[in-house]
Amino acid sequence: MEDPMAAIRETFFQECEEQLAALETGLIAMENGTADSETVNAVFRAVHSMKGGAGIFSLDALVRFAHVFETALDKVRSGSLAATPQVVGVFLRAADVLEDVVNAAREGGTVDEARTAALVEEFSHINDTPAAPAPTPAPAPEAAPTGGLFEDAVPPSQHWEIVFTPKPELYAKANETALLLRELRRLGPVTVTLDAGRLPELNELDPEGAYLTWNIALDSECDEEAIRHVFEFVEDDCELTITPPQSVGFAPGTVITGDNGFKFEFFPPPEMEPEEEEAPACAVATVAPAPVPAPHEPPAPPAPVKHPAVEVMAAKAESAVAVTATIRVDLDRVDRMIDLVGELVINEAMLSQRVMEAGIARASGVAMALEELEHLTREIQDSVMAIRAQPVRSVFQRMPRLVREVAAQTGKQVRLVTEGEGTEVDKTVIERIADPLTHMIRNAIDHGLESPETRVANGKPAEGTVKLLALHRSGRIVLEVSDDGAGINRARVRQKAIENGVISPDAQLTDDEIDNLIFLPGFSTAAKVSDISGRGVGMDVVRQSVAALGGRISIASRPGQGSTFTLSLPLTLAVLDGMVVSAHGHTLIIPLGAIVETLKPRASDVFPLDDHISVLALRGGYVPIVDVAISLGYCEEFIDPEQSVALLVEGEGGVRAVLMVDAIHGQRQVVIKSLEANYRAVPGIAAATVMGDGRVALILDVDAVVRNARSEAGRGEVPALEAN
Amino acid sequence: MSTTVLTVDDSRAMRDMLRHSLVAAGFRVLQAEDGVHGLEVLETETPDVIVTDINMPRMDGFGFIEAVRKDETRRAMPVLVLTTEVDVEKKNRARAAGATGWIVKPFDPVKLIDAIRRVAA
Amino acid sequence: MASSMQTDADNRELIAFRVGRQEFCINVMMVREIRGWTAATALPRSPRYVKGVINLRGAVLPIVDLAVRLGLPGTEPTARNVIIVVMIGHQQIGLLVDAVSDILTTNDNNIQPSPDVSSDLVKTFVKGLLPVDGRMISLIGLDNVLPAGEMEAA
Repeated sequence: MEDPMAAIRETFFQECEEQLAALETGLIAMENGTADSETVNAVFRAVHSMKGGAGIFSLDALVRFAHVFETALDKVRSGSLAATPQVVGVFLRAADVLEDVVNAAREGGTVDEARTAALVEEFSHINDTPAAPAPTPAPAPEAAPTGGLFEDAVPPSQHWEIVFTPKPELYAKANETALLLRELRRLGPVTVTLDAGRLPELNELDPEGAYLTWNIALDSECDEEAIRHVFEFVEDDCELTITPPQSVGFAPGTVITGDNGFKFEFFPPPEMEPEEEEAPACAVATVAPAPVPAPHEPPAPPAPVKHPAVEVMAAKAESAVAVTATIRVDLDRVDRMIDLVGELVINEAMLSQRVMEAGIARASGVAMALEELEHLTREIQDSVMAIRAQPVRSVFQRMPRLVREVAAQTGKQVRLVTEGEGTEVDKTVIERIADPLTHMIRNAIDHGLESPETRVANGKPAEGTVKLLALHRSGRIVLEVSDDGAGINRARVRQKAIENGVISPDAQLTDDEIDNLIFLPGFSTAAKVSDISGRGVGMDVVRQSVAALGGRISIASRPGQGSTFTLSLPLTLAVLDGMVVSAHGHTLIIPLGAIVETLKPRASDVFPLDDHISVLALRGGYVPIVDVAISLGYCEEFIDPEQSVALLVEGEGGVRAVLMVDAIHGQRQVVIKSLEANYRAVPGIAAATVMGDGRVALILDVDAVVRNARSEAGRGEVPALEAN
Repeated sequence: MSTTVLTVDDSRAMRDMLRHSLVAAGFRVLQAEDGVHGLEVLETETPDVIVTDINMPRMDGFGFIEAVRKDETRRAMPVLVLTTEVDVEKKNRARAAGATGWIVKPFDPVKLIDAIRRVAA
Repeated sequence: MASSMQTDADNRELIAFRVGRQEFCINVMMVREIRGWTAATALPRSPRYVKGVINLRGAVLPIVDLAVRLGLPGTEPTARNVIIVVMIGHQQIGLLVDAVSDILTTNDNNIQPSPDVSSDLVKTFVKGLLPVDGRMISLIGLDNVLPAGEMEAA
């Protein structure tokens, strides 16, 4: 980002995201009654900070709404407004609107004016003082008040007389008479006479006392307001009289002599001065610290020591921040590092292979050093991957809002419980779990939970519970969405599946299999098309997008007690644990996660159904066989089962098949390389990787291959599912 | 002979903004993200002017100014309060804590720089 | 796009190479590197002119057998064959050719339109003809060298 303002703007919106998340967290704590005063402060700060930043970029709509919100929060903070459930409810809705306003500002879109107006109206009810700043075309609340005393004004020319007597407090706040005089001088030519009549003898002088009165004549076109502005910071810490005199002040350059022989010299007004402040500042400095123990002479600040260049120091200050908190790194840099480490892994493997080929003994020094290198390489790889690991919290934090919205749309009462927000997963995965989670939660509320009336009639609490859980299990992240609703209506699902030709009327399916039919294409479980879940995206699309990430999704249900969606994903999309196999001489990687077991089939267990399709008898059931080489078009000839290795794999929704390959060459972790980057997606292939010999090997898309095999097998002709 | 300004603000965007404006105006800029951090910076640095936010975690602007003023050697260090607060009560609290002046956000960089130059000796 | 062959520059550098018994050239600006042949990994269900993919310093590089793409007899590559790595849009691809023959500097005036009698394949790729020392070198465009449509979407 070349434009610094664009970069700062981007930073601002990133911070807004963080603050919106903090806001949500804090408000939910307030809702649950677990909030303390710091929670309320943090919530206030979040809104306040967004308002402040929005001001820089003139995001008026955001400033206005944040201001109304902030005003109410400030009342809670100060105790003048109680955080009742109704009030917190308004805050939560306001947080949602605020997010929309932020997004609109970021993307240059528009906000739903009616919605913001409605909330502003709600705020006006909960605020004691009813009329908060008008929401619409009214100027931003911030527009009027300006910076401290730094305003200039230019009405008709007048000649002013100012009597200024500082109190000791003035100096205690690091204000300087000399600087005030310098400011006055900006308004016009200034003449000063010093009344040191109250100055005590030297031995009675309190070094922190204040004894002088300054009589100042100012020749300026400014109004009294402008002069008062100069003294605004100090008006409580001095005696100040301002009278418009008739006499013209001293001309610039006038030298006057004070009662005690102090000498003052005045410079021309700023218009006639060079822009640089150094010169006048020095000039005034010679005026102010009088050669006598000046009253305003607390220990002077040490003369500024000169340091190296600004940039260097600024960088140092930032690194100080880094020590206490975190650093932000451009993701591209991390990705570049991951790429390089991936290459390191490959090179290390190539080296090992060459060394082994050279016949060097395993116990030799070279082999042992290589082993050490391999170990280190793995550790570097793990560490680099860990850099991108992030807690799922950022995604979880979006869900309460979703729940509120879906609850409102469906008229259901929902409580969301989350667990395991700290569970970490690679950033690339985080970005891609939000959509499936959204669908799972929508589904849980829309289809899972019953209406409050039905629930009460069935002896359940009117409020349903949706639980969102994240955990690590065997090298994968598992996300569960469970509800305490009615569970899947299996009779209806089955009926629907038969109507849609998904299963044959006489198919024997277990309860689990019926439940998982909802992931099949063209399946909608709702009897009527719901506005919530029926947004054109069915669970089959969710399943496919999850599968594309190397993930699985399934559902388990108990009638009357609820359903649980389980989504399992690899922890990273950059590396994969795979089984290296060969098919018709081609090296392929099969994701380990998909493999249930490896088998050595007997020819007598293989039953050809026709020229293309065979099934394998396995523990009393039949599983379709996929000849990988044929499936990928490497050859036409069916593999001899006796000469092959079979891998029982499980695709999405627990669908199983047996993959036949020539041989297995062991397991290894591979770095995933995109085929799309320079070519395009290839059917049946998930991605590519580079092997130890430097050659590219393809990673099999197990789901695609299994899906393909099953569709070729034809529905109903083959015993559809393994009966174990 | 550039003037050194310490900016204390919990918002990165605001810190970046201040830094951008002040460096362009020829100031040397130090940064801290809250009052506690600001005091840490003051252990090793002697800025000519401090510009601080009010609402910050850990230690807010009021606490920070009071802590600055407690130290004999920093009593003459000008502190400007940069805040969106406009009501008199907060301005007075900042004043009571020992603030030298204040600037209301959203600030105009020209006014900000002008203000810093005014209080910087 | 950098790959456009219709640049208005007066003088341009071209890299010439042999495919079978014919000579072709492309704008040198598109060329990233030239490397020797290494065995490619075949891609399932790909056009015949896609030889497969190779590892180019960690990136997966598709290799197009330019002979097949241009409707000539296919190449059975050996170590003497050459891969010209070119940039087309945001993608890098490798062109399998027999050998690099020349680097030419020419200007648009020397480029003659290709005759109207040629086949569709030739029309798709050949942008003009360049007579050099009694040889006839076909200037080709590479925008359509990989299957259309999918490449744009990638």
